[in-house]
Amino acid sequence: MESSTGSVVSDIDELRKISKELRKKSLEIIYKAGSGHPGGSLSAADLMAAIFFGQMKFDPKNPKDPGRDRFVLSKGHCTGLLYSTLARAGFFDPSKLSDYRQINSELFLSGHPHPKTPGVEIATGSLGQGLSVGNGIALGSRLDDLEYNVYVLMGDGELQEGQVWEAAMSSAKFKLDNLTAIVDNNKLAQDNITKDLKDLEPLEDKWKAFGWHTIRIDGHNMDEVVDALNQETPAGKPKVIIADTIKGKGVSFMENNTAWHGVAPSTEDYEKALKELG
Amino acid sequence: MKSGATRDGYGAALEELGDNSKVVVLDAGVSDSTRTKKFGQKFPQKFFNMGISEGDMVCTAAGLATTGKVAFATGFACFLLGRTMDQILVSLAYSNTNVKLAGTHAGIAVGEDGPTAQMIVDLAYTRAMPNMTVIQPADWEEAYQATKALVDHQGPVYFRLGRPKVEGVYDSSTKFQIGKANVLKQGKDIVVFATGIMVQEAMKAIEICSKNGIDVTLVNVSTIKPIDSQLIVEEAKKNGAVITAEDHNVIGGLGDAVLSTLVENKVYVPFKKVGVNDTFAETGTAKDLFQKYGLSAEHLAKAIQDVRQEKA
Repeated sequence: MESSTGSVVSDIDELRKISKELRKKSLEIIYKAGSGHPGGSLSAADLMAAIFFGQMKFDPKNPKDPGRDRFVLSKGHCTGLLYSTLARAGFFDPSKLSDYRQINSELFLSGHPHPKTPGVEIATGSLGQGLSVGNGIALGSRLDDLEYNVYVLMGDGELQEGQVWEAAMSSAKFKLDNLTAIVDNNKLAQDNITKDLKDLEPLEDKWKAFGWHTIRIDGHNMDEVVDALNQETPAGKPKVIIADTIKGKGVSFMENNTAWHGVAPSTEDYEKALKELG
Repeated sequence: MKSGATRDGYGAALEELGDNSKVVVLDAGVSDSTRTKKFGQKFPQKFFNMGISEGDMVCTAAGLATTGKVAFATGFACFLLGRTMDQILVSLAYSNTNVKLAGTHAGIAVGEDGPTAQMIVDLAYTRAMPNMTVIQPADWEEAYQATKALVDHQGPVYFRLGRPKVEGVYDSSTKFQIGKANVLKQGKDIVVFATGIMVQEAMKAIEICSKNGIDVTLVNVSTIKPIDSQLIVEEAKKNGAVITAEDHNVIGGLGDAVLSTLVENKVYVPFKKVGVNDTFAETGTAKDLFQKYGLSAEHLAKAIQDVRQEKA
């Protein structure tokens, strides 16, 4: 793609380095904002590093380039991670991140995404809508004869929304093989473990039954994440990557703890977390 | 003047819009009833029948819109709106995507299918959403022209359509404009602001009234949001008494939009809302339901006479 950067990172160690940066930056902006969602940002950091820096083609200076690869954050609450990623990718200057969750934010760095922010395609924040939106974008690529890819990142708790399965049927019906859904399967929702709310397993069988090419990986193993994203999908099949992750990954006291779904760390906790992240 | 259902005018216009590369149509598995079927047959690559999953359809339309398409997402008003308030609010209104929601079979005029199929709260839903434009055409011609006008309009729209065949009000020489109400008959004693199928009832009502010596002004308010405040204020002042008429609950629809406009502009005149009186209707023919629930031309004529009398 001529207009896009095309500078995709293929070095696994480099991607690991980026994901560490993203974790620290996510925590930093949530800490400074005094609110946000650290748990799901930390669980998805390796996935986001691999998607944005190891896969997607885009030109951050021309964020509406018609040929760009698209990303939809269906688990819209994880903006700490999203904005850290967009800034790292060059969509805007990292200094703007100080506006996160602040009134009069120039780039509209709201608690949940909005397309006024460069690099954001659509507003999300009500769970379950992103895959349908991704399908619509993938259909648009077909009508325009543009061969871009569409990535939709979902949470596991979100899969309890019925619309996700409506959308899953649509992706298969329309044979959207340029669409990849990634499930950040951190197994925790807001107030409970996902399994105790509504058990999603057997999750691979569910997606397979809905007509998807299904891959299950360790979402913190960068080799596996990159391999899964690179894996060719059979023609006409959408691809889902079920990435088993740990909510709060990288910060011992946040890991597997629902208490860290939607609260900012105290100064003491923030400093402790940074030390652990290294 | 062409008679026909507003949904037919919509379908006919879509067929002619298929050559526009931006126009795509989605339907929720009811394309025969919503009249999108012919578009689908003529332009299969641009027609997406999403099955019975309105929420998925609305967000898919939003995704298509982000790629530069004008997406007409179509279904029965009851389910297109009723099941998707959240999807419309987030993916359409807040995201300000170029999706046109076409909800057919609106109001109690749908008849025998009963209250679960009679959408009477959709104007309230959509009027309350920032960025949303709300339009309800009165006849085939207006529906046909409005559909074409929607293609050049940027942003989300709710387009409210009816099932029954109605008499023609406009001929092809009239030019539909979003945001403009228009005077169908200029009188002097009282003004009726009507929308959709109630324009038809109002035409009959003003005949009854004219026999009783009341000279009624009739205004078709097809754009309910943004409402044509200028014309509404002007006609209310000229006539000195106001009736609103809609096949919708009296809460949250045209009546409330007109009432706010009047009061905010310090126009204090006798006023009455004619509509579904904050109740669910029942099964029955449209005609019988209009009689029983107070939407018939006779009810409207009575309301006109009563409010006319309140005028000092």
